[in-house]
Amino acid sequence: MTTSTMPLPAAAPLRRTWYAVKGRSYPRTVGGLREPSWIFYDIALPLLGVAAFVYVYRALGAPPHFTGYVIMGGATIAFWLNVMWLMAAQFYWEKHQGNLELYMMAPCGLVAILLGMAFGGLLATTLRAAVVIAAGVFLFNMDFTVSSWPLFLLLFALGLVALYGLGMFFSSLFLLWGREAWHTVQLLQEPVYLVSGFYFPVRALGPWVGMAASVIPITLALDGLRQVMFPAVHPGLLPLAWEVAGLAALAVLFTLLALWMLQFMERLAKQEGRLSFRW
Amino acid sequence: MPAHAIETHDLVRTFRVRKSRQNPSGAPIVALDGVTMQVPPGELFGLLGPNGAGKTTLIKILVTLLLPTSGRASVDGYDVTTQAQQVRERISMVSGGEHSGYGLLTVREQLWMFAQFYGIPTPEAHARIDRLLQVVGLFEERHRKVQELSTGMRQKMNLVRGLVSEPQILFLDEPTVGLDVEAGRDVRAYIKTWMSEHPGRTILLTTHYMSDAEELCDRVAIIHKGKIIAADTPAGLKQTAQSGSYFVLSIERLDGGAEFLSGIPGVARVDASSRDGHTELHVTLADDGAIAGVVTALAQRGRRILKLQKVEPTLEEAFVALVGRRFEEADEARGP
Repeated sequence: MTTSTMPLPAAAPLRRTWYAVKGRSYPRTVGGLREPSWIFYDIALPLLGVAAFVYVYRALGAPPHFTGYVIMGGATIAFWLNVMWLMAAQFYWEKHQGNLELYMMAPCGLVAILLGMAFGGLLATTLRAAVVIAAGVFLFNMDFTVSSWPLFLLLFALGLVALYGLGMFFSSLFLLWGREAWHTVQLLQEPVYLVSGFYFPVRALGPWVGMAASVIPITLALDGLRQVMFPAVHPGLLPLAWEVAGLAALAVLFTLLALWMLQFMERLAKQEGRLSFRW
Repeated sequence: MPAHAIETHDLVRTFRVRKSRQNPSGAPIVALDGVTMQVPPGELFGLLGPNGAGKTTLIKILVTLLLPTSGRASVDGYDVTTQAQQVRERISMVSGGEHSGYGLLTVREQLWMFAQFYGIPTPEAHARIDRLLQVVGLFEERHRKVQELSTGMRQKMNLVRGLVSEPQILFLDEPTVGLDVEAGRDVRAYIKTWMSEHPGRTILLTTHYMSDAEELCDRVAIIHKGKIIAADTPAGLKQTAQSGSYFVLSIERLDGGAEFLSGIPGVARVDASSRDGHTELHVTLADDGAIAGVVTALAQRGRRILKLQKVEPTLEEAFVALVGRRFEEADEARGP
């Protein structure tokens, strides 16, 4: 092949990746400011669900830290929904709008675009989760003591990397299957509320079910965070150090798996002609 | 610089389909059937063909969105299959009717976002965006949300999006489709300006508007059923159709069809359309002399001739001469 001597429009790959992350995260961050309806849909409505569980526990005379469990679960749901619908399923919408072709053609690559989505989504969702927790503290007198902030931040960070890695992995399915992959997301949404213990300590399901559910990073992240926030009373699934190690392993696993899967699915989609032609 | 900005050799693309009523055999659909072409740098090359001819499939392969089933294609000297990254650093694409981006962003923000994907620093991106928006007449709308733009404005913005990365090779897939006359004219005008301001840059334009191809392109390839059946300058292609004479007649309404004219010696083809109480006939003749027979036959039917004009052949006639049917007929033959 001949080599072109024309000046390239391309920047250094690393710089271009960073620019792309910044560029794609922008609509996510600015969208929250321009469409304030999220305050109702992402905070007010989930709080109603949380409130229902709080009142159930109170009616049963459960210890006060159960209120904290529920509020933590409610805050974490925002991340799960963000990863499933606005990461994994996002390629369906991008394809529908005609963005996917432009993303595929851009020299920054799909991974940079997905990182941008993740970064933007993460900022917006962290804000939403913080507001849910603040509202929980204010409305339901949620009481907690963080035993170690470094550990708290480490669990939070590892959990996010693993979770968004999983989201990237699922997004590759949408490259190929488009709308059909919606069922996968729907299949995962509600059952995960149960098996990851969003509203109760996951250990209540039994250690083996809890271990199996730990494949989903949010299970270990949520349980670890609860161990740090309610150290004296929370029946942890595994020792905290094991949960940190498990989350780190999942973070590496899902990141690598996502990178491989994206490459594989992109090639397959180009072979099958599913990026542009068939839905 | 490579000898060819775009080159394909015996390019084939088939699509597997499920068995259906329309395709009971379930045989693969052949979208491209051995396409070989070369486009030198600096050329505005048009691909002209009816719907389903294979234009978009070809462009998708060249912009690395689709793999060929067999054959080779290169862009700026780089193989589209094995060197997709190098190709992507040099190209851009704008499609007609495109609704890319996010409605909540302003025009300037949207264009900045896409510029980021090409690694353009923000100050440089803003400078390019503002300059291009001024050229296409959208500068005043730069702070308007994308969802508030008209179709024409949106397409101009898409054009700016395609140009902001200063591509070496630009792919335009039906860029004027769905635009009103004025917006279409503006888009065409800017394409010409961009080419003249950037010698050495190449455009591949697909269209099924003859006027776009005729006005813009240095060379045009006619693609039909996945094959390139001719490639030449617009003037050269029209020469193809100039083996005979071409007349347009406006007559009093002719009921019952114009088939009787086809039997007249020297008449190669007749197309008739009726509206507002009169019928327009497009007649292709072996030579000028044959028009006398047409006039006589119409007089015998008692149809008064309102207007008779000999016209120079257009690309439409070239298409008819090469394919044997008109563009719209080819579209209809493809079915819904």
